[in-house]
Amino acid sequence: MEVKFKKTGSTLIVKMFGELDHHAAGFLRSNIDAKLNRSDINDILFDFQGVNFMDSSGIGMILGRYKIVSLKNGKVLACNLSPRLMRIFEMSGLLTKITVYNSERDALTGA
Amino acid sequence: MNNYMKLEIPSKSQNEAFARVVVAAFAAQADPTIDEISDVKTAVSEAVTNAVIHGYENKTGTIVISATLTGARLEVTIVDYGVGIEDLEQARKPLYTSKPELDRSGMGFTIMENFMDSCDVISEPGKGTTVTMVKTFGRADDTEA
Ligand SMILES: Nc1ncnc2c1ncn2[C@@H]1O[C@H](COP(=O)(O)OP(=O)(O)O)[C@@H](O)[C@H]1O
Ligand SMILES: [Mg+2]
Repeated sequence: MEVKFKKTGSTLIVKMFGELDHHAAGFLRSNIDAKLNRSDINDILFDFQGVNFMDSSGIGMILGRYKIVSLKNGKVLACNLSPRLMRIFEMSGLLTKITVYNSERDALTGA
Repeated sequence: MNNYMKLEIPSKSQNEAFARVVVAAFAAQADPTIDEISDVKTAVSEAVTNAVIHGYENKTGTIVISATLTGARLEVTIVDYGVGIEDLEQARKPLYTSKPELDRSGMGFTIMENFMDSCDVISEPGKGTTVTMVKTFGRADDTEA
């Protein structure tokens, strides 16, 4: 798994590439949490464009970040989900907590 | 197509990807769709990850993954000799996890059940856990009845 970070306003954009499993989730968690600790970030946008595999460890990683940003009234957003990822999101109730957009631009403009 | 395979690995998280790719490559002989292969990959990843995180609680132990193909029917078994499961009914409930502090979602068994035709678990505390999953390929047109 590779990850690229970008910051737009108070939103941390997390662009992931590769397979989001337990091994990758630990790596992502420590990288994201380091950023959350240090800066003026309210919201997180997960961009799944480059993710070709995800299992329930990915769900746990996202829920964990949701808990952290919720403490500061922040939001978690996601974009570019494949139908398969959408199904896993639905199954685990993630859609009641985070809003899913078609693209990064839609997510950032709230469209 | 009748065939079988067996793979033995230490419970390291790097091996989760290796194990699911091996089973997916084995299953590919039965000519599954891309979606079916992804279902298998995801389910195997769940079971192997559980062996690593829960079975051996991040100590190193042995995980044995075996699979058979009988025509279009894949049966895959994941065995660990770890702590075992006290209350199986509770463990299989959606969103139940014994390790919420580790960012677990509790969705592993639910995903295995949903992505495979069946998922059977045998476990004994102190002895270990065996997960057996079956999927027959080419049933995508079957309505979910
Ligand atoms: N191989 C295993 N050995 C011991 N306990 C297990 C094993 N697999 C699952 N469990 C137990 O079942 C629970 C539910 O598993 P699962 O649905 O995969 O959720 P999660 O892995 O997110 O906790 C785990 O929290 C754990 O207590
Ligand atoms: Mg699990």
